[in-house]
Amino acid sequence: MSYLEAQGRGGLLSWLSSTDHKRIALLYLFLLVPLFWVAVSLGFAMRLKHLFAGDFLMSAQTYNALFTVHGVIMIFMFVIPGLPAVFGNFFLPILIGARDVSFPRLNLLSWYFFAAGAALALLSLFTGRGAPDTGWTFYVPFSLRTGTNVPLAVSAAFVLGLSSILTGLNFITTTHRMRAPGMTWHRMPLFVWALYATGWIQVLVTPIIGITLVLVILERLFGIGVFDPAKGGDPLLYQHLFWIYSHPAVYIMIVPAMGAVTEILPTFARRTIFGYRAIAYSSIAIAALGSIVWAHHMFTSGMSDLAGVIFSLFTFLVAVPSAIKVFNWTATLYKGSIDMQPPMLFALAFVFLFCIGGLTGIIQGALGLNIHLHDTYWIVGHFHYVMFGGTGFAFFAALLYWFPKMFGRMVEPKPVFIAWGLMFAGFNLLYGAFLLLGGMGMPRRYYAHLPQFHPGHLAATVGSWLLVAGLLVLFGSLLRALRSGRRAEDDPWGGKTLEWRIPSPPPAENFAEVPVIDAAPYAYNPGRRS
Amino acid sequence: MSEHKDYSGAKIGMWLFLFTEFMLFGGLFILYSAYRTLHPADFHRASGELSAALGGANTVILLTSSLFMACSLTAIQKGRKGASMLLVALTASCGALFLAVKGFEWASKFHHGIYPGGPGLLQRPPGEVLFFGLYYVMTGLHGLHVLAGTILLCVMLALLARERIRQDDCVKLENSGLYWHLVDVIWIFLLPLFYLAA
Repeated sequence: MSYLEAQGRGGLLSWLSSTDHKRIALLYLFLLVPLFWVAVSLGFAMRLKHLFAGDFLMSAQTYNALFTVHGVIMIFMFVIPGLPAVFGNFFLPILIGARDVSFPRLNLLSWYFFAAGAALALLSLFTGRGAPDTGWTFYVPFSLRTGTNVPLAVSAAFVLGLSSILTGLNFITTTHRMRAPGMTWHRMPLFVWALYATGWIQVLVTPIIGITLVLVILERLFGIGVFDPAKGGDPLLYQHLFWIYSHPAVYIMIVPAMGAVTEILPTFARRTIFGYRAIAYSSIAIAALGSIVWAHHMFTSGMSDLAGVIFSLFTFLVAVPSAIKVFNWTATLYKGSIDMQPPMLFALAFVFLFCIGGLTGIIQGALGLNIHLHDTYWIVGHFHYVMFGGTGFAFFAALLYWFPKMFGRMVEPKPVFIAWGLMFAGFNLLYGAFLLLGGMGMPRRYYAHLPQFHPGHLAATVGSWLLVAGLLVLFGSLLRALRSGRRAEDDPWGGKTLEWRIPSPPPAENFAEVPVIDAAPYAYNPGRRS
Repeated sequence: MSEHKDYSGAKIGMWLFLFTEFMLFGGLFILYSAYRTLHPADFHRASGELSAALGGANTVILLTSSLFMACSLTAIQKGRKGASMLLVALTASCGALFLAVKGFEWASKFHHGIYPGGPGLLQRPPGEVLFFGLYYVMTGLHGLHVLAGTILLCVMLALLARERIRQDDCVKLENSGLYWHLVDVIWIFLLPLFYLAA
């Protein structure tokens, strides 16, 4: 009997009280998808506004609220939890041959924190004196002065952070304690390594944003003064504390995405992963180096030159482990027997778009260029290439790859190819235009734009239509597969990791008998050492 | 679901949670060091207004409570339920006593108008405003942790009474002890930074 079928009384309650890691993963998915669409709609509306240079469709204040809420939902409620909470929860235990995570009840509690945080965030839109308008960064002193509903939005981010910490804590402990007999560290699939590295980032840096957000609330309620220049506080310290978390947070977003792609490439290239250890250790290296580059967000905020040089250097260095992964992925594909199924196509798009995102990051990490590019559409283009082109496409790749295992149904490939084409073209039109606009000097977060930027904005808006059309086709075909897709076999893609050795969808405790592991994962080349 | 007990796992989880607590206070320690570097004289003066005697008394209370806590764990590991319960109760009482002293300190400062936005504080130089701002935030957050720990110990007391914590199954008490020692360690840093900086 699969985990989807009723156990005990059944019904909604059996889901809301389930400590089965697979059910919790689906609970997350069912919250994430609607939230994703809310944020997509907000972004879509912002692009519509830029069909015209001046007043159109919405007021400037509404525009401010839109980019704030778009960012808050996408970052805290889709991209950060996306891969770990959905695919991590579902597949981490299975990939290491375990029946569940170390703390199943804590896992369910994390979901409730997540749901509560999402509810608070949505509440902040409709209560108080208007939706927050600070941008997702909540920079002081504006976030202290604005009359909009900042405290509630900040509390939401705090609660979401708590959920993220508990998930990370659970995954680290699970990786240490729950591995099946013979599952040594170097026999773990690389998605597990990525989740393990991510878990450490979540545990170590999320509390910093927690306390920072609490201070914003205390500052607003009691005026303690630590961030208030009127009382001697220094807003720059807020930026430091914010980015001590929020820069590593982008690695919370991207590292699991890299891990998922690392699972997909060998399966569809029919080759053992190239450079297993290099990929595994580079996840840890990203986690470590990524924690000491935060001030590159603040090059124009008035730091000392020495600090600027140091942070710029570390920023260049953190590109090294990411590049190691890209080279190893490429080498894995080399002379592979490539089967271009939808998950593979999305995974390859990830590699391509992530490269653009990563390389633009290097460019803006240079101190001189940063002065020109800071706070322009270039930055917006850069992080959408990494966060959407990277993590977003990897999320869909992972969803398509593991869909047969999670739901026991196959997705019809043809519409997905069309969706991919629309998304890929629309994406590059939209965010490619952003990079160019930024280079020309279009500042981010501006409601109106000058005439010389109009062609670029037009192109970006048309791109957003293609992108959303592609997303609609994609989700349409996923929903259809859910209802009437062909039944999936246990191993529809010819994958070699443990999840493909159990039924689709898996039974309640994954393994009838806990497997004994005697070889490395991705065993495609018999006779050759992986 | 099959019964799964993993004491090492439980302790790893607790230690990871303690790391997050350290980082939570870590952000505040960063603020403290930055502002103290900017306003050394103000911090020095403001610190002189805190009662080192009360701070010292609270330190003794917390350190003693940690000793009780450690002994209670040893007691249950030797199967002496009564002794363990008594020691946990003593630990929790120390927590309550600590909070009472802290409350008394805060009240007397409030009485003199020294609180965020208070009349006694606003006319002072910025460094002292920041000192007391951080004082209230950091000792307040620490106080909340003591309160949470005290409540946790009361729960442990109930679990001991119902033999849900036993000689062969005492990881819950051990983890509570870890948490309690963390609260203690954080205070050991707060004491010199606020009370002994003068």
